[in-house]
Amino acid sequence: MKFVEEYRDPDLAKKLLERIHKNSRKSIRLMEFCGGHTVAIFRHGIRQLLPDTIKMLSGPGCPVCVTASADLDKAIALADMKDVIVASFGDMVRVPGSYSSLQKAKADGADIRIVYSVQDALAIASENPGKQVVFVGIGFETTAPTVAASVLQAQTEEIVNYSILSLHKICPPVMKAILDLGEVNLSGIICPGHVSAIIGSHPYQFIPDHYGIACAVSGFEPLDILLAVDMLVGQIESGQPRVEIAYRRGVKPEGNTQAVKLMESVFEVSDANWRGIGAIPASGLRLRGEYGKYDAEKRFEIEPGPAIEPKGCICGSILRGVSTPLECRLFRRTCTPESPVGPCMVSSEGTCATYYYYQGS
Amino acid sequence: MCLAIPALIKTINGQQAEVDIEGVTRGVSLQLTPEARVGDYVLLHTGYAISIIDEAEAEETMKLLKELSEAN
Amino acid sequence: MDDKILLAHGSGGKLSHDLIESFLPELSNPMLDKLDDSAVFDLSGRLAFTTDSYTVNPIFFPGGDIGKLAVCGTVNDLSMSGARPLYLSLSFIIEEGLPVADLKKILVSIKNTAAEAGVKIITGDTKVVNRGSADRIFINISGIGVIPEGVDISAANARPGDKIIINGNIGDHGIAVLSQREGLEFKLPVPSDCAPLNGLVSEMLAASKKIRCLRDPTRGGLATTLNDFAEQSSFGIIIEEERIPVHRAVMAACELFGFDPLYIANEGKLAAVVAAEDAEVILAEMKRNKYGKDAVIIGEVVAGHPGQVVMKTTLGASRIVDMPVGELLPRIC
Ligand code: SF4
Repeated sequence: MKFVEEYRDPDLAKKLLERIHKNSRKSIRLMEFCGGHTVAIFRHGIRQLLPDTIKMLSGPGCPVCVTASADLDKAIALADMKDVIVASFGDMVRVPGSYSSLQKAKADGADIRIVYSVQDALAIASENPGKQVVFVGIGFETTAPTVAASVLQAQTEEIVNYSILSLHKICPPVMKAILDLGEVNLSGIICPGHVSAIIGSHPYQFIPDHYGIACAVSGFEPLDILLAVDMLVGQIESGQPRVEIAYRRGVKPEGNTQAVKLMESVFEVSDANWRGIGAIPASGLRLRGEYGKYDAEKRFEIEPGPAIEPKGCICGSILRGVSTPLECRLFRRTCTPESPVGPCMVSSEGTCATYYYYQGS
Repeated sequence: MCLAIPALIKTINGQQAEVDIEGVTRGVSLQLTPEARVGDYVLLHTGYAISIIDEAEAEETMKLLKELSEAN
Repeated sequence: MDDKILLAHGSGGKLSHDLIESFLPELSNPMLDKLDDSAVFDLSGRLAFTTDSYTVNPIFFPGGDIGKLAVCGTVNDLSMSGARPLYLSLSFIIEEGLPVADLKKILVSIKNTAAEAGVKIITGDTKVVNRGSADRIFINISGIGVIPEGVDISAANARPGDKIIINGNIGDHGIAVLSQREGLEFKLPVPSDCAPLNGLVSEMLAASKKIRCLRDPTRGGLATTLNDFAEQSSFGIIIEEERIPVHRAVMAACELFGFDPLYIANEGKLAAVVAAEDAEVILAEMKRNKYGKDAVIIGEVVAGHPGQVVMKTTLGASRIVDMPVGELLPRIC
C-alpha cells in the first residue's frame, strides 16, 4: 500500500532507533494520547525497542473507552424503544453500560444495526420510513465532521426519521485536563494523527507554551511513530518544546478547514462526561439549536435510570496514564475481552485489551 | 484512534468517489474534501475522505527519514 | 415446479417427493438412490466422524456458495485428522420462499465439490420452515472417513523444533464474504479460498510419516489454530510476521476495517506441524498440488513459553498472538 508500506521499512526503522538510542540521555515519559498509537506500538513491538530512558504511557484517546456508562445507557434505552432502530459503529456494541450492552439489547430483540459509515445509518433511515433511526455518534474530531455531513445530507434529502445521539468529544480539552491534574509527569506527547488531519497542529500550541511539554503529531506506521519519538527526544534534549508534525503527508498545520467548518456548523461545544475522568468543560459536541430536530436527546424522552460504574475497574486511572492494566486486580482474571468489566477491555484499541492481546501474562 | 488509510481516487461523481486500495474498490464521500481530484490519494475514515495526502510532503518526510538514519 | 420453495415442499407429501426427486439426479449414487431410511455400508479400520452446520450469509459469495463451503468444510475436517473422507450426509433447512433456482445452483455446486473431493453423499434430509425461522438456507453435513494405517495426527503431537507450514495466503475467505455484507459492500479482486483439501493431505501423508498436526484455520483464523497447537501440545510457537502470506488486497481490506488477517477465516487452508527434517520434502510435495503451490514455512515449535504463540514482528520485536474474542466487527478506531 502506497504511503503505508514505505513507513514500515525495517532497515530505516532500525537506523532511526539507533539514532534515538544515541540521542536520548534524559529519562523521559512520553504519552501516546491516541489508542490507535497504543495499538500500533504494541503490534509492532516498538516499546521493547526503545531505550530504557524512554517510558511510554498510554492516554485517553479512545472514543469508545471514554464513553460514560450513563451515555451508553441512553443508547440502550433508545434501542429498547418501540419502532426505533439504533445504528452504531461496531466498536460500541460490546461495551458494557450500567446494566446491559447494545449487544445484549440486540439479543433481547432490540433492532441494532452495525454500520461502517454514518452514511449507512442514513441509508437505513431512508429505507425504513416507518421507523426512527438513531445513530450513536461517538468519536473525536476525526469522526464528528462525517456525522455533521450526514445531518446536512438528511436535511437536504428531507430524511425526517433520522437523529443523532451525540456523544462526540474533542481532544485538546482532555489533554489540558490531564495536564492540570498533574498526576503524570510528562515530558512529551505524541499527538493524534487523524484528529489532527481535521483540526491541524495549532490547537496543541498551549501544551509547550503553558506546560513546557514537547509535542509531535504522528501517523500510525512504525516510521511515523519513531520519527515522532525522535522529534520529541530532540525537543526535550535541547530544552525547546514545541509542536512538530511527523505526519506531514496527512496533517497540515491548519488542518482541514472545510471539515472543521462543516463540523462547527452542525455541532457546538458543550460539557462532556469522560469515563473515569469525569465532567470536563467544553470537551464535547452537541447539535446546534437549529439542528435540534436531529438531536435524539430532544426527540425522545430518554430516562435510563442511575448509572453504575463497574466495581474494581480502574479504567479511569489507566485513561489518565496513572496506572497500567497490570495494576488492575480484575485484569485477565474477571476482566477479559470475552467478558469485559470496563470499556478499556472492550474497544480493540483500549489499553487493557491491547495489553491483553499483545503483552501476554 | 480513528482508523484511516490512504486510498486512490479513481472516479468522481458529484460528492461521491470510487477509490482503490490495492485492488479493493469502494464508494466514499468527498463532502469533507471537495477539492479532491481523480488521481489524488485521500485518507479514508468511515467512508469519508478526511484529508488529501500531500505527496510532496510524503517525499520530504521520506528524505528526512533517510537523512536522519544516515547521519548516524 | 414452482419457482419458490413452499412450506408444502417439506410436508412429506407429493411436493416433498417431487423436490427430492429433482435433487436425485444431481447427487445420484447407488446408496443414495435406494432412498432407504438409512444408508447401509461396510467400513473397517480406524474411522473419523465429524459434523458441521453451515449458515454463511450471504449464501453466494465470490469463489463459492454455501453448498461448496459445506462439502469442503466437512471434507477438510475429516482430512485434518488424517482420514480419507468417504461418505457424507446432507441435510437442508430451507426458509420458505427460497428461489428454486438458488437451491439448484447450490446442489450443482455440492455435486461438483463432492466429485472433486471423491466423496459420496449417501443420505439426506430436507425441511422447510416458516419465513423468519431460518435465513434462506442452512446446511448440515456429517462425514465419515477412514484413517490409513500408521497415521497419527493430533494437535498434541507437536514437538520443539517442528516446523509450521501454511499452504498459502490467509484471510481470503473471510474477507470475500465480508465484501458482500450489507452496508460494507466493496469489490475485492480475490475470491474465497474455499476448496477440498483431502487430495493435498493424502499427498502430504504419502510424502512423510512425520506430519504431527494438521488443522484448517477456519473461524478464528490462523491465530486460533496456532493457539490450539500451542495449548494442546504444551509447547510454545514462534511465527515470523514477514513470512505470513497475505494477499495485498486482503491486507488492504483488513487495514480498512481494522482487522488482523491472523484472525480472519479461511476455507481452503491448512496449518501443518511437521518434523524439521521432513519439512522441505513435505513443502516440495505440497507445491505440486494446486491448493498447496504457495505453501511456506511460517515458524516453529519451541520449548519456551508453553501454550503461547509469539510473533517476531518485521521490526525485530516480539509480541503475543492471542485467541480472538467474539465476532469480528468493522471498527472506526
Ligand atoms: S482490566 Fe478490566 S476492570 Fe481492569 S481497568 Fe481494564 S477494563 Fe477495567
